[in-house]
Amino acid sequence: MTTLTPVLSDNWDRPDSFTLEGYRADGGYRALSKALAMEPEAIVDLVKQSGLRGRGGAGFPTGMKWGFLPADNPKPRYLVVNADESEPGTCKDIPLMLANPHSLVEGVAIASYAIKSSQAFIYVRGEVVHVIRRLRKAVADAYAAGLLGKDILGTGFDLDVVVHAGAGAYICGEETALLDSLEGYRGQPRLKPPFPAVAGLYASPTVVNNVESIASVPGIILGGAEWFTSMGTEKSAGFGFFSLSGHVTTPGQYEAPLGITLREILDMAGGIRAGHRLKFWTPGGSSTPIFTEEHLDTPLDFESVGAAGSMLGTRALQIFDETTCVVRAVGRWIAFYAHESCGKCTPCREGNFWMVQVLDRLERGEGTEADLDKLLDICDNLLGRSFCALGDGATSPVMSSIKHFRQEYIDHVEKGGCPFDHARSTLWADRTTTTGGNQ
Amino acid sequence: MSGHEHDHGVPTVPEGTDAFPAEVIARLEQDAKEIIGRYPKPRSALLPLLHLVQSEEGHVSRAGMHFCAEQLGITLAEVNAVATFYTMYRRRPGGDYQVGVCTNTLCAVMGGDEIFAALKAHLGVGDNGTTEDGKVTLEHVECNAACDFAPVVMVNWEFFDNQTPDSAKSLVDDLRLGNDVAPTRGPASLCTWKQASRVLAGFDDGRAGEGVQAAGPSLAGLTIARERGWTAPDPANLSRPAQGEEETK
Repeated sequence: MTTLTPVLSDNWDRPDSFTLEGYRADGGYRALSKALAMEPEAIVDLVKQSGLRGRGGAGFPTGMKWGFLPADNPKPRYLVVNADESEPGTCKDIPLMLANPHSLVEGVAIASYAIKSSQAFIYVRGEVVHVIRRLRKAVADAYAAGLLGKDILGTGFDLDVVVHAGAGAYICGEETALLDSLEGYRGQPRLKPPFPAVAGLYASPTVVNNVESIASVPGIILGGAEWFTSMGTEKSAGFGFFSLSGHVTTPGQYEAPLGITLREILDMAGGIRAGHRLKFWTPGGSSTPIFTEEHLDTPLDFESVGAAGSMLGTRALQIFDETTCVVRAVGRWIAFYAHESCGKCTPCREGNFWMVQVLDRLERGEGTEADLDKLLDICDNLLGRSFCALGDGATSPVMSSIKHFRQEYIDHVEKGGCPFDHARSTLWADRTTTTGGNQ
Repeated sequence: MSGHEHDHGVPTVPEGTDAFPAEVIARLEQDAKEIIGRYPKPRSALLPLLHLVQSEEGHVSRAGMHFCAEQLGITLAEVNAVATFYTMYRRRPGGDYQVGVCTNTLCAVMGGDEIFAALKAHLGVGDNGTTEDGKVTLEHVECNAACDFAPVVMVNWEFFDNQTPDSAKSLVDDLRLGNDVAPTRGPASLCTWKQASRVLAGFDDGRAGEGVQAAGPSLAGLTIARERGWTAPDPANLSRPAQGEEETK
């Protein structure tokens, strides 16, 4: 049986967990001292050996990403942390930065040293003002304590860190759109290659890593690669946050080894909300094809989820019970993709616009069975044909819902309307009082 | 992300005066210099500068865009192209409190749709509408990364977790009456839209220490781990299975 392994969340029950003193009281910044006594290349090798894979969704090996920076490029190198957490369902980096911002700051310092960068940026979405306060305070306190800035801990290593607030654009979670945004432009993805490692921020060699990936680095420095690989699976090493939301008894953050199953997490979390049963769920956010009850025992690691037809993504486990209309759920997600499409490429801009129209009429019961073929045809023109993963992601809920719930779409057509009572899905639906009031 | 519509096609620069009053320019220039100084290249300061001019007027006006253009030596059209891309910049004046109801799928299903409908009726405004007293602007927002607290309402980009139609109506009533309102996870009291914009521009308000470190669902897994004695493996003793494993039947 798999157990939880709190590492990044281990100090969250300390009221002062977000302060420098609170972080240090639990051993914080010991990893930085240890790392600064190592050769940068040795740190890159250690992170490679740990098998740490990007926690922002794509799962690219972090150490390998660091190793891609060209040795002979004389331009400055940059570390950019992607803290633009916006994928629907994903809610791990925000509580992490709120409760434990120093784990990220320490990771930034170690990673910057490892890739020989003296300037790092934390690009955080703008819609979380208190998280931005906490991050900026953590950075300021680290400077004051000699943990950032000039001659860190007397080692001669210099590092400046800027916390940069975004301004509302899901697309800026795509790493090249993020870089354009950080340069002061509209956040639109760039053509790759060149990859950021070669020509990233200001056309300089750049590493872009997710918050949780960087925050995992201090633990690897202290615990070693063997410690990290003692958790998780062979190809999906270590631990990560599993963010449980929706129709469950106890939603929340569960830090566990990769490879845990939804059944195991639900067993810990008290299961689906009382009196209901699981209908569908996302393993890693709205851009990952939905799963059903038959996937309860699929190990939540990159390989197993992929083999089962979806993606591990950000481990955003959005749980929907039998009261939920899948057509409504998918329609809402596609409205999101249409709203957030940057407009740069035609398949995504037009494809999502039209899918919204088709899904709307299907939900209202004004569609036809041929609309399902229309949706799949549009998806065929989106998947692999759009400029970035936003367009690809939009096809996931559409195609997977038609695969698993085709009859439910047809029920809407035949009934001439939605067969579900949406009020039964709400948080307060099963409360004994009918005031719709406070808890 | 907020629910403002992207202005696809050719974005128009709003009407209005071309420049802030001289004393405003003199004051904001000091701030702008500090912002620009944070970056290796000045143009990177454009997003924070737009937050800055929004903190002055509550929205990004023609004068505000002119100010940004002049600070960075770029054109008004270049500033406008960026200002219209990002949904957090208001294109017109709004209320002191921006109330955003998440209606992305998870929150919508959990009751966000009912909350948004209740607030529209209660306030007598539509999406992006502002109450007559100028206090509240209502909008629907996209996923704000608090799904385990669904349904979520944001006010001036602070978290109000686990809302219901009734709690949300009380919330906006308090905002309009000037009563103290505290976010679920945030500072001890709400700041105004303009004050929040100034934090986003990168100027601290000294309130980082206020509020909880974590609450409710954020602690769900940790609480279970503590109860059952589960921890991550001990690096000094890796051959042994993780603590707690032998305790479970």
